[in-house]
Amino acid sequence: MTDVTDTAAFGPGGERHTSGSLLTESARTRKRNAAEKRFKAYGIGAIAIAILSLVFLLTSIIGDGASAFRQTYASIPVTLSADVVDPDGNRDPEEMSGVYSMSYGSLLTDSLRNWIEQEGIQIEGLTDADLSGFFSNEAQASLRNQVLDNPELVGQTVEMTALTSSRVDGMFKGRVSEESASRDAKTSVAQFQLAEAMRENGTLVTRFNSSFITKPDASDNRAEAAGIGVAILGSLYMMLIVLVLALPIGVAASIYLEEFAPKNRFTDIIEVNISNLAAVPSIVFGILGLAAFINFAGLPRSTPIVGGLVLTLMTLPTIIISTRAALKSVPPSIRDAALGVGASRMQTVLHHVLPLAMPGILTGTIIGLAQALGETAPLLLIGMVAFVSTYPGAPPAGFFDPASALPVQVYNWTQRADPAFFERASGAIIVLLVFLLCMNLLAIYLRRKFERRW
Amino acid sequence: MPVQWILLIVLAIAVLGYVLGRRRALTLVDGDARRLHSRPTYYGWNVALYAAVPALLVLLVWLFAQPMIIERSIDRYIPEDAVSEGQTRGMLLNEVRKVASTLNGAVAQDVLTRPEALTLTMDDSARMDALKAAGQAVLTKPVILDAAQQYMRSTHTGSIWLSIVTLALALGLAAFAWRRTGPEFRARNVVEQVMRAILIGCSTIAIMTTVGIVLSLVFESINFFRLYPWQDFFFGTEWTPSFGGGSELGMLPLLWGTLYISFIALLFAVPVGLFAAIYMSEYASPRVRSFAKPAIEILAGIPTIVYGLFALVTVGPLLRDWISQPLGLGNSGSSVMTAGLVMGVMLIPFVSSLSDDIINSVPQSLRDGSLGLGSTHSETIRQVVLPAALPGIVGAVLLAASRAIGETMIVVLGAGAMAQISGNPFEAMTTITVKIVGQLTGDNDFASPETLVAFALGLTLFVLTLGLNVFALYIVRKYREQYE
Repeated sequence: MTDVTDTAAFGPGGERHTSGSLLTESARTRKRNAAEKRFKAYGIGAIAIAILSLVFLLTSIIGDGASAFRQTYASIPVTLSADVVDPDGNRDPEEMSGVYSMSYGSLLTDSLRNWIEQEGIQIEGLTDADLSGFFSNEAQASLRNQVLDNPELVGQTVEMTALTSSRVDGMFKGRVSEESASRDAKTSVAQFQLAEAMRENGTLVTRFNSSFITKPDASDNRAEAAGIGVAILGSLYMMLIVLVLALPIGVAASIYLEEFAPKNRFTDIIEVNISNLAAVPSIVFGILGLAAFINFAGLPRSTPIVGGLVLTLMTLPTIIISTRAALKSVPPSIRDAALGVGASRMQTVLHHVLPLAMPGILTGTIIGLAQALGETAPLLLIGMVAFVSTYPGAPPAGFFDPASALPVQVYNWTQRADPAFFERASGAIIVLLVFLLCMNLLAIYLRRKFERRW
Repeated sequence: MPVQWILLIVLAIAVLGYVLGRRRALTLVDGDARRLHSRPTYYGWNVALYAAVPALLVLLVWLFAQPMIIERSIDRYIPEDAVSEGQTRGMLLNEVRKVASTLNGAVAQDVLTRPEALTLTMDDSARMDALKAAGQAVLTKPVILDAAQQYMRSTHTGSIWLSIVTLALALGLAAFAWRRTGPEFRARNVVEQVMRAILIGCSTIAIMTTVGIVLSLVFESINFFRLYPWQDFFFGTEWTPSFGGGSELGMLPLLWGTLYISFIALLFAVPVGLFAAIYMSEYASPRVRSFAKPAIEILAGIPTIVYGLFALVTVGPLLRDWISQPLGLGNSGSSVMTAGLVMGVMLIPFVSSLSDDIINSVPQSLRDGSLGLGSTHSETIRQVVLPAALPGIVGAVLLAASRAIGETMIVVLGAGAMAQISGNPFEAMTTITVKIVGQLTGDNDFASPETLVAFALGLTLFVLTLGLNVFALYIVRKYREQYE
C-alpha cells in the first residue's frame, strides 16, 4: 500500500482538499453522502418489495378464496307430487329408487314456477331453462335422498333448502353481474333478475358452507357442490405415513452419522448424498415414485401410500439435517459424563443425548412435514390428479384407496372451466395455509418452550 | 394368511420373547441382576430382536420378489399365439392380473367358492351371469382365464409358504436366542450391534434414494433413446408430440423456456434479495431485523402451488391488461414474464437468507479497517464487504438458479404450454418441468416415446440441477474455509 498518502491527500481528480472547513460540506462529500443515502434506500426498497409481494400474494388469495366458505341457498316450498315421485303409489323406497334425480329436478322447477306466481314476481323473458338452471344438480340428488329416507313426505309440500347453481351463487359474490350474465350461455339476465327478486324477498340466503370442507370433489358442471373433504383426508393420511416412516428413519440415520460414523469414504458419500438430495427438484422424486413404486413394485396409483412414500423420501434430508443440528447442539460434557459413569456409547446416545435433542428434532420434523404438505409436483406424476369422489377407507387399508391431496385438488380445480372452481381453489389454499400456519406455530412454540442455552 | 396378520403375529412373538428372555435371565441368577453381564432388559431385547428382525426382512424381500417370480412363470404360461395384433405381453399380463383380482373379489363376496373360481370356464354361463350380477363380470379369452387361475394358485401357494417361513423363522430364532440367555451371555453387546446395524441401514436409505432416482431415470431414458435418436432429442428445435406417432421431440424449445424464465426470475430476485440481505445485516436495527427477516422467510414457507395460483389468477391477467396488450406484445395471460416474476418473488428468501449468512461471516475487522480510513458505510459495503463475500453470494445465486430450473407448479400454471423459441417475454412458453408433468399425467403407455421422453427430460433436469448444486456447494465451502 504505497499510495496511501496519495489517496488521502488527493481526490479522484487530483485536487487538494487541505483548504476548507470540516464543518462545511464540500461538493465531493455531499456526493458521497448522497450515494450513501441512495444505497440505504435501495436496501429499504428491496425489503419493501419483498414484504409488499407477500402482502399482495396473501390478500389476493384470501380475497379470492374467502367467498368459497359461503354458499347461496334458496328455501322454497316444494310439492312432492306422488305422481312423479312414487308412480306405483306403494311408498316403498325400493320401488321409489327407480325414479331418477332428473324427475326431482322437474319437481323443483315446477315448485319454483308456482312460488313465483304466488309471490307475484314478474320477470320478462324468464324461460324454463332459466328456472331449471337455477338450482344445482346436487339439489335434485339431495331432495331424492331426503324422500327415499323418509317416504312419508310424498304428496306433501315441504319447505326445502336447495343449493343454487354456481352462476346464481356467483351473482351474490360479485362474480356474475347483470352485464356478464347477458353474455354467458349458462345464465341469463332474467335469471339474474329473478335472483335479485328472491334476495329482496329473503328466500335466497348466503350462509356459511360447511360442506366445502367436508364434501368430496364434484364433477365439472357442479362447481357449487365441490368440497375438499377427500383432499384433506388424503393429505392427512400421507402426513401420517411420512411421520411414521421419516421420523424414525431420519433420527436413526442422523444418530449414526453424528455419533457413530467413522470418518471414511462411505460416510462422506452418505453426507454428500444427503445434501444433494435436499436440492433435487421435487418433480424428480415424482418420477422416482412412478418408476419405482408404481411400475416396479406394483403399488396402486393415486393412493396415499405411494404419495406418502414419495414425500417420505423427499422429507428425509430435511429431517436428517435438522436432527443432526439438534444432536450437535447437545454439549459434549453430557456425553463425557455418561461415558464416565460407565454407560456404553449406545446408552449415552439413547438415554441422554437423544432426549435432550428431542425438541429440536420435533421442530425440524414439523417443518419437514409442513413442506411435504404443500408439495404438489411429485403427486401429479403418481396419478393423484384423478377425479376421486369417494372417501378413502379407514387406515391401514385406506392407505391403498384412491384419494386426492389438498395442493393437488387446487391444481385440479384450476384446470376446470367454470370460474366458480377458481374461487374454490383459493378457498382450498386458505385451508392449506391455515394448516401450515398451525404447524409452524407449533414448531415455534416447541422451540421457545424447550430451547436450552448450554 | 394376510400380511397384516403375519406382521402382528411376528410382533407378538417378539413381545413374548422379550418377556420370556428377561424372565429367564433373572431366574438363572435367582433374581439377582448384579450377577448378569448386562441389565435384564437387554436379555429381553436380545430375544425380541432375534425374533422380529430377520422375519420382517424376509417378509419384505418376499413381498417384492413374489409378484416378479410369479409373473415370469405366468408369462411362460401364455402361448405366443395368444398375443394378438397391436398388443404387448405386458398388456396381457395386466389383463391376467385384473381377471385374477376380479375372481378374488367374487370369492370375497361369496358369489363363488375358491374351488369354483379356480375351475371356472368361459362356457359356464350360469356362473358367469352370477358374476355379472355381482358386478364382477369376467370378460376375457379362455387363455387369459386359465392364466389368471394359474396366477391365483401360485399366489395362494406363495402366501402359504410366506406365512410358514416367516413364522418358523421368528419362532426358531426366538427359541435360539432364549436358549442362549445366561449370566455369562453378553446381551448388551449383541443388542447394540444389531441396533448399530439398523442405524447404518437407515442412513443408507439416502444412497438408495439417489441410486433409485438415477436407475429409474437412466433405465427408461435408454429405452427412450432406443426408440428416438438422441441427436434429434438434444438438438431438435421442434416439440410436437402426438400419441399417434410421427412426433418431433426436440428438447431445445423447452430448455430455452426454462432458461429464459429462470433468467427473469433471477433478474428480479438477485437484486432484491441481495439488497434486502445487505440492509438487514449492515443497516437494520435489531427491531427492524426481527420483523423483516421472518417476514421474508415466510415467502420460503409458502407452497409453490400458492405461487402458481397467484400467477394464474392475479399476476397473469394484470400483466396482460396493463402491459402486454396496450403495448401490443401479446394477448396471453400466461407468459414468461408472469412465471418469471412470480418465481422471482419465491426466490427472494433463498438469495437473501444465504447472502445474509455470508455477509455476516465477513470478519468485522475488515469493516472497521475500512471505516477507520474514512469511507462511508456504503463504500465499505461495496468495496470491502461485497468483494470478500462474493464467492459465497455467487454460490447462493447458483443455488437459487437450480431452484428456478427445477420449479414446477409456478410454470405449469403461469407459463403456458406453447413450446417455442422466442425473445418476447410476454409470450407463452414452456419448460422442461411442464412437459414432464404433461407427458406423465393421465394414462401412460410405457412403450411409446411420447411417454418415455419424460424420463429423458427428467434426466436432463437432474443432471442440470445436480451440476449447479455441486458447483455452488463447492464455491460456498471453499469460501467458508477462508475466514474460519
